[in-house]
Amino acid sequence: MAPEPPLLRMSGITKSFPGVRALDGVDLHVQAGEVHCLLGQNGAGKSTLIKVLAGAHQPDGGTIAWRGEHVAPRSPIAAMRLGIATIYQELDLVEHLSVAENVFLGHEPTAAGFVVRPGRARAATAALLTRLGHAEIDPGRLVGDLSAAQQQIVSMARALSHDVRLIVMDEPSAALDPDEVDNLFRVIGDLTAEGVAVVYISHRLEEIRRIGDRVTVLKDGRAVAVGLPAKQTPTREIVALMTGRTVEYVFPERAPADRPGAPPEPVLTVHGLARHGEFAPLDLELRPGEIVGLAGLVGSGRSEILETVYGARRPAAGHVRVDGRPLRPGSVRAAVRAGLGLAPEERKAQALLMLESVTRNVSVSSMSRFSRGGWLDRGAERAAARAATRELSLRPDNPSVPVRTLSGGNQQKAVLARWLLRGCRVLLLDEPTRGVDVGARAELYAVVRGLADQGLAVLLVSSEVPEVLGLADRVLVLREGHVVHTARADELDEPRVLDLVLGSGRAGGAGGAGGAGGAGGAGGSSGPRGPGGTGGTGGTGANRGSGSTPGAPEDTVTTEGSPAP
Amino acid sequence: MTQPASPARPVTEKSPPPDGAAGPWRALAARADLRTLSLLGVLAALAVIGGVTQPDAFLDTDNLQLILTQASVIGVVTVGMTFVIISGGIDLSVGAIVALASVWATTVATQEYGFAGILFTAVVVGLGCGLVNGLLIAYGGMVPFIATLAMLASGRGLALEITDGKTQMVTVDGVLRLGERDAYVLGVPPLVLVFAAVTVVGWLLLNRTTFGRRSVAVGGNAEAARLAGIDVRRQRLYLYLLSGLCCGIAAFLLVVLSGSGQNTNGNLYELDAIAAAIIGGTLLSGGRGTITGAVLGVLIFTTITNIFALNNLETAVQQIAKGAIIVAAVLVQRRASTT
Repeated sequence: MAPEPPLLRMSGITKSFPGVRALDGVDLHVQAGEVHCLLGQNGAGKSTLIKVLAGAHQPDGGTIAWRGEHVAPRSPIAAMRLGIATIYQELDLVEHLSVAENVFLGHEPTAAGFVVRPGRARAATAALLTRLGHAEIDPGRLVGDLSAAQQQIVSMARALSHDVRLIVMDEPSAALDPDEVDNLFRVIGDLTAEGVAVVYISHRLEEIRRIGDRVTVLKDGRAVAVGLPAKQTPTREIVALMTGRTVEYVFPERAPADRPGAPPEPVLTVHGLARHGEFAPLDLELRPGEIVGLAGLVGSGRSEILETVYGARRPAAGHVRVDGRPLRPGSVRAAVRAGLGLAPEERKAQALLMLESVTRNVSVSSMSRFSRGGWLDRGAERAAARAATRELSLRPDNPSVPVRTLSGGNQQKAVLARWLLRGCRVLLLDEPTRGVDVGARAELYAVVRGLADQGLAVLLVSSEVPEVLGLADRVLVLREGHVVHTARADELDEPRVLDLVLGSGRAGGAGGAGGAGGAGGAGGSSGPRGPGGTGGTGGTGANRGSGSTPGAPEDTVTTEGSPAP
Repeated sequence: MTQPASPARPVTEKSPPPDGAAGPWRALAARADLRTLSLLGVLAALAVIGGVTQPDAFLDTDNLQLILTQASVIGVVTVGMTFVIISGGIDLSVGAIVALASVWATTVATQEYGFAGILFTAVVVGLGCGLVNGLLIAYGGMVPFIATLAMLASGRGLALEITDGKTQMVTVDGVLRLGERDAYVLGVPPLVLVFAAVTVVGWLLLNRTTFGRRSVAVGGNAEAARLAGIDVRRQRLYLYLLSGLCCGIAAFLLVVLSGSGQNTNGNLYELDAIAAAIIGGTLLSGGRGTITGAVLGVLIFTTITNIFALNNLETAVQQIAKGAIIVAAVLVQRRASTT
């Protein structure tokens, strides 16, 4: 990059939410006409940073210089006026309006101040869509009728309908097919050629290799690397930057792996369980006392698997057995009756009755135990809830308080107490430490291990790799709905798992036999992407070389910038 | 409960600890009481206004009996409505169900079966309408607002069809006698006793049974209730059945009170019942509500109507006053819940 003043210079940005320091002095410098990639694990602060830039969050501290001047966008509209547009992962389009109406929403071409000129909006929209290489999208069509990829194009057209100089794209390729990704990259190439800067967020390292100019890496709310060259920096270095931790996790001791006697019979057996577009057929066995972890990114199918096992989603194929007896598919009640319990990802939205006391939240799944003919024995209910919350050391030690007054960690314990009280035998944990502050995590880990030691089987989903590795006995690594690797937790380490979930190179297992790995090197026309839905649990596509161990020489990929137009 | 032998060893019940009602719980109870007390305060203030403006007429035993009797019909409807709202739903069809049940129960054919025939028909028609509502909402996936709006329209239409717009006089002595002074128990009209019984049963159902808990859970967070293993759909069906049952009982009371069945019965009951539940502290979004508050809300509205009637004020003014009370009650509750 030429030493001209950067288009954007964010310096020392801090932002705290209750209990969490999301950003802790982050710098981000973006030059005009570059593709600047923002990398980081879930929770590293990427979303918060781009929301600050987009005016959706106000920073607690730090400065933003835009084209050399200090600015403080107070709202998304203010950021738009400056020329900063953001395309979020969840597209913010109005489905019941037409393409043109969406593109010009809020700044419709008008005559005499208030008369909308739909013809002019439609013509301008058609011009923008042509520029984006999608002249086939009719500006008059309803956005709800378009495909996800087309909607993304409309979002970009909306950004370009303003005089935009910087576009932030939050995982734009997540919902796209390979050829659509190619078109996206072509559009990005055109934009940068015109001098527009792009801040590109993606989990896919190979994409960053293809289109990125520079990389900024966030970790635990800090920028650990600012403006690294995207194509030359070794993968190993990037992964190390993403994973090197400041926070120490404390995990409880595992039970001795080889207990005397034969291993117990599996309590939960999953066979061929699948859902179209979410995850490929899955086999899984869970024994009493065992914690099995599912590692994977958001969108890799982890939560969907858990919810399908639990009956909250109806499987397209396969079945779930508890003690060898098949569960009625798609029935939560059958699952609960058979002894399954779920601590869902969105605790407040999916698990807790926020207006109610801890007692009632704990007893809700076991009410028939405290009632005769529907009549509640509230004394027994209170006593049992108290015993269950005490066993988990829930604080405060008073289950009569409203559950909303509890900290995140204690709210999670309330959910666990619900299943403990129910006498559940298989516990499904989806991101159990989300929203739980660091200090309370170790305690929660100890609780989960303690439950396993009592004989519960635990299926754990987490996007925090250290959590899966530290807590689970066995780990299944997921990538885009496929199990790409299975191993004992102590045979894996964090860079290895991250490589697997990011699909950044080494194939899972022994060389990826039978996988859909053939895509081969970079720069090809179809783009090196994952298995793309075709079965196969072996290779993760894009396998360059056969790098063996995590410490192996980096696989420096040579890609020819943006593909030819 | 049939649950397999659990290695996790379900927590065994112990005797309740002596400090069962600790500080925060008491504070919560105190706040709930504050709401009830404020409603009682409003009722007392209304009584003072009534007593001052019409000292003779208002405090007369006959008038007090009249207020309670009038409150009975809408009160029974309100108990059912409160359950539905607590569960996050709404029942716009209550007035129409009352009308339909009252006219069906007073057709010549029904009256041939006497007292029991009238009571039975009113209750069964109410339950039937509730069943339709419940099936459409719980299993048909319809929005409660729409499903019960449709029931409102159809119910009124069917009531008109049955009566042809005529008033159907009750000829069964037993029914008529229930409304007369001779039937009063210790000065309390039987209708009021029914209202009181429904209130007590409703309170117990909400606060002391799994049914009540499930209703609150479904209204507070339907997804969480589902994932906790509650059959949310069946619970919703039961709730609309309950509302229909209350409408059937109310229809019978109305038949006793008026000695007739009319297709215009129960006009705008849905609004009165919703308003009473809301000023009684029931969240329209579900998850919280009290029977006590709702019944006090009914009594407040009935007393206002009575005072306005005694003072010969127009119904227009009365409606404005009701609207103002709803706004005031909700604003006060919002403030109370945010501080």
